Amino acid sequence: MAVAAITPDYTGERLDRVENFHGNIVVYVGWDRHLMFCSPVAFATPPDTTFGKVLDELIPGAFAQHPDFEKIDWDQVSWLLNGEAFTPDRAATLETLGVDHKSIIRLQTPGLEGIGGSHS
Amino acid sequence: MAARKLNLKERYSLLTRDLDWEYSYRDKKEIFPYEEFEGIKITDWSKWEDPFRLTMDAYWKYQAEKEKKLYAIFDAFAQNNGQQNVTDARYINAIKVFLTGVSPLEYQAYSGYAHVGRQFSGVGARTACQMQSIDELRHVQTQVHAMSHYNKFFDGFQDFPHMHDRVWYLSVPKSFFDDARSAGPFEFMVAISFSFEYVLTNLLFVPFMSGAAYNGDMATVTFGFSAQSDEARHMTLGLEVIKFLLEQHPDNVPIVQRWIDKWFWRGTRLLAIVAMMMDYMLPNRVMSWKEAWEVYFEEAGGALFKDLARYGIEMPKYAATAIAEKEHISHQVWSIFYNYTHAAAFHTWMPDEKEMDWLSEKYPNSFDKHYRKRFEHWREMERAGERFYNPTLPMLCNTCQIPMGFTEMDDPTLTAYRQSVHKGERYNFCSDGCKDIFDHEPEKYVQSWLPVHQIYQGNCGGADIEKVLSEYYRINMGKDNMDFHGSPDEARWNEWHNLQSAEERLKKAG
Repeated sequence: MAVAAITPDYTGERLDRVENFHGNIVVYVGWDRHLMFCSPVAFATPPDTTFGKVLDELIPGAFAQHPDFEKIDWDQVSWLLNGEAFTPDRAATLETLGVDHKSIIRLQTPGLEGIGGSHS
Repeated sequence: MAARKLNLKERYSLLTRDLDWEYSYRDKKEIFPYEEFEGIKITDWSKWEDPFRLTMDAYWKYQAEKEKKLYAIFDAFAQNNGQQNVTDARYINAIKVFLTGVSPLEYQAYSGYAHVGRQFSGVGARTACQMQSIDELRHVQTQVHAMSHYNKFFDGFQDFPHMHDRVWYLSVPKSFFDDARSAGPFEFMVAISFSFEYVLTNLLFVPFMSGAAYNGDMATVTFGFSAQSDEARHMTLGLEVIKFLLEQHPDNVPIVQRWIDKWFWRGTRLLAIVAMMMDYMLPNRVMSWKEAWEVYFEEAGGALFKDLARYGIEMPKYAATAIAEKEHISHQVWSIFYNYTHAAAFHTWMPDEKEMDWLSEKYPNSFDKHYRKRFEHWREMERAGERFYNPTLPMLCNTCQIPMGFTEMDDPTLTAYRQSVHKGERYNFCSDGCKDIFDHEPEKYVQSWLPVHQIYQGNCGGADIEKVLSEYYRINMGKDNMDFHGSPDEARWNEWHNLQSAEERLKKAG
């Protein structure tokens, strides 16, 4: 039973299906252990966005205010896609990297411990 | 022959149970179509024990007397410029949260109880629900009247019903009640009468009402008192519903347990806003959220679930997680609103040194370790003229609709992420509790109206966020939103009390 409903075989309208986003997909990005940003952030961006653009525009736009941001050694960052380790290539698009609608990209920056070491 | 005067019992019976009749030409299932689809088995409605003995005529009389006193106090409060006698203008923001977030839920409750008050085939349950429905309507009215006085002097009150339907954080309380009202009648009762009104209500009303009392807000204290006897009735109804369902049929037990698990979790998420109010928004603090949680949930709730054990009911599934969260939740939610105050219809601020010390003392296990340095950094940024606002829209939980600001309880440095895939589409959650709720009824929650996604779909007035906030949400930009420091609210308050703003003090010192 996918829902307790008075109507037999009730199905709901999926409000967030990808077709509703005018050619974009929603992608979430979170910076682990930097909780000054209270939650991961949400972007709406075309699936052919390159990972280079994510690195050069989306991520700095969201996180550059943090004092750790300029200390990030981008070659040392480890990445998670929906909880699994992955190695993104700058030139690849989100689609080819397997970043689909409502996927979560997390970046981990070991050695950067947030404000005063508080993981903020 | 003179009419014999009826005794109380007879009057009660005539005015409640006797209002029912036998259905002779229609099938009962046709008249009460909602009673079976949830799987609840009722074998004998006559076993329903009325949780309170109140007849409609006595109800009107009693409520009218309360009303008279209440409005006399509102008048006196207005005539004495009561708005100037609260502890500090920051306090008023707690009331803004109440009017936009909680009062519309009273209206939803009115509508919900009117619905179930029609749909139960047991007349005792119908009468009790109809009476509660009227209570709830009265509560929304008295709350609006109490707070309308503040609307004359402070920003952010003016469009509360419009905002409740649209503003991102208000989708949290709105969707909570939409979920309950769109469920079957028995789930609604377990959700609202039992899980909310019985188990959790003290964590909503006691903090707000004693917060009001501690901060000189007589208007709010008075509507709180005026609602108190109603709330006592609502609680007894909540307990009767549970006992009745559990005694009617053993097959009801697992269904009721699942509803308790669900609505306890949804309730704790909803109350996160009360947690932040208690720890951050009251200039005179009553007690910490952690202390309130210990008294009203761990002690009182613990005793209740011990009582219910004989029916086979256990503590709510995620009670242990919720108990661990008492150390963190108010700080995490205040962080969310501090991040996004530019998009809110109330103000936030960083606690001053003395207030930070209070938080350190009340939260020895968590505040200094996880939050104090973050907050001090934000205060530094503000002093440098760069008050921190999060520039990007947040990711929301698909069930509770709160930004994903909660962390793992075994590692509070790490955001909690949960995900499900349903019919090929990903859905994301802040917790096991929220994921479980989705997984059990995905066809309900695929319909979540998530404000951030709605903005990105262009359904909130276009792509320009300023316009979404000012036109679609109707936030008066620069007045309702942003930090308390520098707000028109602060300026008016300072003028009333001949106080200087922090900025003016700095200028003069320089």
